[in-house]
Amino acid sequence: MHPTVFKISKEQLNKEVAPFAIGDSVKVHTKVVEGEKERIQIFAGVVIARKGTGINQTFTVRRISYGEGVERVFPLFSPRIDRIEVERKSKARRSKLYYLRKRDNMVV
Amino acid sequence: MSVGILGKKLGMTQLYDDKGVLHPVTVIQAGPCTVLQAKTMEKDKYVSFQLGFEDRKEKNAPAAVKGHCKKANSAPKAFIREFRAKPDEALKVGDQVTVKRFAVGQFVDVIAISKGKGFQGVVRRWRFAGGGASHGSKAHRRPGAIGNRTWPGRIWKNVGMPGHMGDVRITIQNLPVMQVREADNILLIRGSVPGTEDSYVVVRPSVKIKKTSAASAKKK
Repeated sequence: MHPTVFKISKEQLNKEVAPFAIGDSVKVHTKVVEGEKERIQIFAGVVIARKGTGINQTFTVRRISYGEGVERVFPLFSPRIDRIEVERKSKARRSKLYYLRKRDNMVV
Repeated sequence: MSVGILGKKLGMTQLYDDKGVLHPVTVIQAGPCTVLQAKTMEKDKYVSFQLGFEDRKEKNAPAAVKGHCKKANSAPKAFIREFRAKPDEALKVGDQVTVKRFAVGQFVDVIAISKGKGFQGVVRRWRFAGGGASHGSKAHRRPGAIGNRTWPGRIWKNVGMPGHMGDVRITIQNLPVMQVREADNILLIRGSVPGTEDSYVVVRPSVKIKKTSAASAKKK
């Protein structure tokens, strides 16, 4: 990457991101615009993946909503994310918890 | 037609706008360019300005380029292109052209040489569908028929065939400018631009869209 491009992408990493790890249960507070008003919406679930580096970094949160598995991918440095709250720490033995997709179904 | 700027593609990254939407952007080192020659109605029967971008080593420059740039009191330039202009364009030989000419939200066209793809088959080069993969098919990625019979007795022009792909001049139209950084001579343009990193590009105000994106957004 050209140093100038690196500098420009780095400028945008101006947000403090709460440290969280794969497997943690988190509450993601996102800003939602409805008409004129802006409010906070919470998406709670388990972090099953973190991908990319720098400004490209995203994380995937999985939850079971009304018996259906739902995954949402957030850009880590998005200004639409108000904050990330870690509910429960956990130790994952792999970096991508895609096996949970199969396991959820078995439980249901 | 109006004067644009010459530059160099540095690479791509992403950028959040004030609404929090993530955009892909190309970073372009644009200018400063020196006006090397001004063509006038009286002398050349049309008005245009020749810009030069990036100095090149004195010892490596051909004498013709050295002499030409010297007329504008400039070091020999590596990338030289001409822009047609309106007769009222206030530029003189020796002037500097910078990113100040561009505004955020303005649409631009970017012209550059695309990445060379080498000798490519018909599926990649012309988006042919190719043949069947199995059931005894032997025409997996072949073009199939290319013509008729005694009439017309020849292959029509412009029939898609394998051959060299890429490494041609491409114009991408109507890309909005996301940011103008005067201090660094940097333009951030939304979307991708032809060519490799470090290759020369021409950025000109859009031929088709004269409005800025902010103005067209307001209209809606």
